[in-house]
Amino acid sequence: MGARGNGLPSQPFNFAYLDEQTKKMIRRAILKAIAVPGHQVPFASREMPLPYGWGTGGIQVTAAILGADDTLKVIDQGADDTTNAVNIRRLFAKTAGVRTTTHTVEATVIQSRHRIPETPLREGQIMVFQVPIPEPLRWLEPRESETLKLHALADYGLMQVHLYEDVATHGRIAKSYDYPVMVHGRYLASPSPIPKFDNPKLDRNPALLLFGAGREKRIYAIPPYTEVKSLDFEDHPFTVERWDRPCALCGAVDSFLDEVITDDQGGRMFVCSDSDYCETRRTEVPDAADD
Amino acid sequence: MYVAVKGGERAIANAERLVAEERRGDPAVPELSLVQIGEQLTLAVDRVMGEGALYDPALAALAIKQARGDLIEAIFLLRAYRTTLPRLGDAQPMDTAAMLMERRISATFKDVPGGQVLGPTFDYTHRLLDFDLAGTAAQAEPVETAAVDAASMIPRVADLLGREGLIEPPPAARSDDVPDLTQAPLGFPTPRALRLQNLARGDEGFLLALGYSTQRGYGSTHPFAGEIRMGTVSVEYVPPELGFAIEIAEITVTECDMVNQFKGSSETPPQFTRGYGLVFGRSERKAMAMALVDRALRARELGEESGAPAQDEEFVLSHSDNVEASGFVQHLKLPHYVDFQSELTMVREMRAEWERAQSRPSTEAAE
Repeated sequence: MGARGNGLPSQPFNFAYLDEQTKKMIRRAILKAIAVPGHQVPFASREMPLPYGWGTGGIQVTAAILGADDTLKVIDQGADDTTNAVNIRRLFAKTAGVRTTTHTVEATVIQSRHRIPETPLREGQIMVFQVPIPEPLRWLEPRESETLKLHALADYGLMQVHLYEDVATHGRIAKSYDYPVMVHGRYLASPSPIPKFDNPKLDRNPALLLFGAGREKRIYAIPPYTEVKSLDFEDHPFTVERWDRPCALCGAVDSFLDEVITDDQGGRMFVCSDSDYCETRRTEVPDAADD
Repeated sequence: MYVAVKGGERAIANAERLVAEERRGDPAVPELSLVQIGEQLTLAVDRVMGEGALYDPALAALAIKQARGDLIEAIFLLRAYRTTLPRLGDAQPMDTAAMLMERRISATFKDVPGGQVLGPTFDYTHRLLDFDLAGTAAQAEPVETAAVDAASMIPRVADLLGREGLIEPPPAARSDDVPDLTQAPLGFPTPRALRLQNLARGDEGFLLALGYSTQRGYGSTHPFAGEIRMGTVSVEYVPPELGFAIEIAEITVTECDMVNQFKGSSETPPQFTRGYGLVFGRSERKAMAMALVDRALRARELGEESGAPAQDEEFVLSHSDNVEASGFVQHLKLPHYVDFQSELTMVREMRAEWERAQSRPSTEAAE
């Protein structure tokens, strides 16, 4: 404790905000999560200086793994310049003083809410996901005591029936984001609310994928090159979103497009949600359209 | 237009400055000091310390000032500070029988050893706006208070009942191996010690509503306010290098012992049971609500579960924390446009399919 002349403490915060004891506890949970892919490991989540729901799980994971020589990228909705991404990046710039970047290829740690970058990740990179509800069965069974048993028994019939009911009522699996996946053929997991467009990127990804849920106090992981399968049926195979036009800014036809309403006459444009991908393509050679 | 949905560092910095400006209000009005908050908004300070789970009136006052009087925001500030503090060890169990009391009442007996002491309570005040307070009130006359014997231990009312075996004994005091909510995540089912920790930090409004619901038949516990006592208690700690207890603090707490009916079972004769509430400061409403909810959460252990919300430990304990609740409810303000785009794409496809199906000449209808 620092000097308390006026009754108030005066000590600065530790590197990356969290104290070392807490980081050690979180690292243990991360190691266990990596050892049991897809399994949700409880951890003693801390209050953070940002509110629950703003990415406290991801922030704690990032704080626990961040080293002084890391380069951090933070995105929200795929973009580096959304308020929440800016805010988390400046939290770590302030408390850890690490180098930050908006370029996917330069980053060693990428914290994200709701997206996986379009630029393929490589070995050695770590992707940290902010997770609101880590339990994929939560909407079907609200009780932790029950879902724990279902995971222990690998009893995922509830989810299969739920998806089947979608097919029966809507003629399709009516899930567009937070689309459930089987990790390494054992644990059903939530990919966090990424659009299902990003689900195929989870499969055998060379990067380490870490998931942190602060309010729900769970960490889970998809280690590099782990098999990740989006649930589906033989006659209703998994598909991803498609757009019938390219990005209005960079011409990409392979990226997730955000719809931007441009006027009140029904005008709209579709642009890449991944701002780094879009900008890189625009600054590179004109024929950047094909990779 | 496209830029409008994104926010840069400048926008955030400006918002922060606006908050500071709004906090200060009219610069012609003298600024609030922490001492003023600490001395004159004591119940706000108490609530922030309790739900912020950190006994530090000066920091709580600072949090209230910084949060512009938004107590949940102040609680959040205090928690975010508390979480990084080093943990030195566990204190010895506090002995509230040795409390230096400012207030002590029992609703179950007309008089009790140690007496009934009203203390600084709103209970019998007339809730009439006191227009004299609008100005600077004249110095109040000194108050005549009952002499409380500081030296003597004043037994708890429940302990008096306990001598006859009419009430269940309190759980044995143990200082070793107490679970700690802040060091391990909640797992179900929970031991009572962990539930009490959760309730002590829990939102007063949430517990108040749950406690109230038990009084209206949703998991009735037939409570009597056996005793409410408020005052200062010393906190002792045994440093490993010394091996004996030393006093490290004196804190003000409010304790509530609810006495509840229990009809008995094949193993246990009919006897009264307890619901327990203990909070920092003078947060009596919270202490009482906590005691009601604690007792309701013992329904399974006592074999009286009825499925009422207040008896459901997963429901109660998972939703009591206002820092968690406030964060998650308000995170809906964050952009969700990627997920919404996914939904839009799907709804458009489904509508297109629906329209195709509608326009197809129906062969079945012709039959």
